[in-house]
Amino acid sequence: MANVVVVTSGKGGVGKTTTTAALGAALAQAGQTVAVVDFDVGLRNLDLVLGAERRVVFDLINVVQGAAKLQQALIRDKRIETLWLLPASQTRDKDALTDEGVARVIDELRQRFDWVLCDSPAGIERGAQLAMRHADQAVIVTNPEVSSVRDSDRIIGLLDAKTVRAERGERIAKHVLVTRFDPARASRGEMLGIADIVEILSLPLLGIIPESQEVLRASNLGTPVVLSNPASAPALAYTEAARRLEGEDLDIVIPAEKRGLFTKLFGRRAA
Amino acid sequence: MRTAVQPKSRPRPVRFRGRSYMAFALAPELPIADWLADIDGAIARSPGFFSGRPAVLDLAGLTLPTAEILSLIKALEERGIRIMGLEGGDADYGPELPPVLTSGRPTASADAGPAEPEPPRSAEVTRLVPAAAPPSAASLTIDVPVRSGQTIYHPHGDVIVLGAVSSGAEVVAGGSIHIYGTLRGRAMAGAGGDRRARIFCRRIEAELLAISGYYRTVDDLEASLRSRPIQAWLEGETMLIAALD
Repeated sequence: MANVVVVTSGKGGVGKTTTTAALGAALAQAGQTVAVVDFDVGLRNLDLVLGAERRVVFDLINVVQGAAKLQQALIRDKRIETLWLLPASQTRDKDALTDEGVARVIDELRQRFDWVLCDSPAGIERGAQLAMRHADQAVIVTNPEVSSVRDSDRIIGLLDAKTVRAERGERIAKHVLVTRFDPARASRGEMLGIADIVEILSLPLLGIIPESQEVLRASNLGTPVVLSNPASAPALAYTEAARRLEGEDLDIVIPAEKRGLFTKLFGRRAA
Repeated sequence: MRTAVQPKSRPRPVRFRGRSYMAFALAPELPIADWLADIDGAIARSPGFFSGRPAVLDLAGLTLPTAEILSLIKALEERGIRIMGLEGGDADYGPELPPVLTSGRPTASADAGPAEPEPPRSAEVTRLVPAAAPPSAASLTIDVPVRSGQTIYHPHGDVIVLGAVSSGAEVVAGGSIHIYGTLRGRAMAGAGGDRRARIFCRRIEAELLAISGYYRTVDDLEASLRSRPIQAWLEGETMLIAALD
C-alpha cells in the first residue's frame, strides 16, 4: 500500500517544492515508484523544478474534474524511470478542486505507486487542507526563524485535526525538515538552533538541509538537487532524509559543523 | 398531487437557539478622550488583545447623547474593537446603535489593569472569601502540545498541559492552569472570575498571563524570571509572579 506524504509548512518560500522534488527523486533513485503531486493550483512550480514544464498537457484539475484520465496527466521523469509528476494547473484556482475528486485521484495514485508526495501550497486555507487531507505522513518544512517555526506549529495543529486519519481518531506520522540551515549563523544566535526548533515543535527531525547555492542552481536547471550534484551537502542531506522517511534509523549530523553544536547554542528564543 | 408545490402547508419551522458568549464589557469613563487614551495604552502594551473578541459597551452611569455614543463606537472600531451591544444605559437608544443587552453576568473583570506591579496595599490582602465560589469541576488533562492557533477552553476546573503551549496558542481555564512544558502562548486562569486561580509553568516564555481578568504581558516581566519555572497569582489587583526553583 502506498504511503501518501504531504510536504507542507504554512509559510511560503521555505522550500516545500524543492523538498518535494528532492525527496521524490531520492526515493525513486532508491528503486521506489514515486508520484509527486503539485497541489499549488494557480502557482504551480513543481514542473519547473523537475524540468517538465514543456511536457504538461493535462493537470490535476483535469483529472479531479474527470476531464482527463490519470494516465494522461502523469508525466514520467526523463532521468529516473520510476518518478512521475502530476502537475497543477496554472490557469485555474484552488476552488476548482473538489473534496471527492481529490479523494478519488489520491486513491488511484495509491494503487499505482509506492509513494505519493503532495506538494502543499502555502497558507492554512482550503488548498493546504486539501493537500494534507489524505496524508499518512507529513513532512513539515521549516526555516530556522521564528515566523517559519510558528507557522509550522500552526500547520501541525491542522494536521492533527483536518486530515482523514485525524478524523478517524488516528495520528499521522509527522517529521520536521529544517531547510536553509546555516550553522555559523545559528551559533551566533542569528538563527534558531536545531535544539530550539525541535523543542518548540516537539516532533522528530527528518533532516537538516544546509543553506547552499546548489539548491538554487538545481531549481534553475530544472533538476532536483539530488540529481544535479549528488555529492553536494544538500543532496546528501536530502538522500538521508528520504532514507529516514523509508524508516531507516540514521543519526542526524549538522552539516558542515560537526563539533559541539549543543555547547554553542545561544539562549535565542522563539517569539 | 402531494408532491406538487405546497403553497400554504406548514411553513418550515425556523429554529432559534440561545447561546451565551464571553464578551469584554467596556465601561467608558468621562472624559471620553482620556479613557480612549487609556485604551490606546492597553493596546500598545499588548497589541491584538482585543482583536477578534466581541465587546459590549457598558453605559451604566453615563448619559451620553446618541451622536456621542456613535462616535465613541466609531473610535473604538478604529482601534479594532467592535461593539456588538450596549448595556446599562437606561435610555431608549435609536436603531442606529447596537442592540441593548440585558442580564449579562459579571465574570472576569477584563480590566486592562495595572501593567506594572503596584506595591500591594496591605489593607487589600484580606482573604477573599468567595461570595459565590465557582463550582469546582473535573480538571482537563491535555497530553499533546497545544499548537499555535489552538485554544483550550475549559470554563470550569483546572487545565493540565503535559507538553508545551506554543506561541499563538491559548489556554483558558475556569480554575488554575498547570503547564509541564514551556509556556509560549497565552494562559488565562480564573476565566470565570475566580481570583484564587493560579498559573504554573515549567518554563515561561509566555505572551500573556491573565488571572480573573487581570493580565500581564511578559514584556514587563523581570528578566530574571525569563525561561524559568514560575507561578503567578493575584494579590489584590496585582498579579505576582515568582520563580519556583
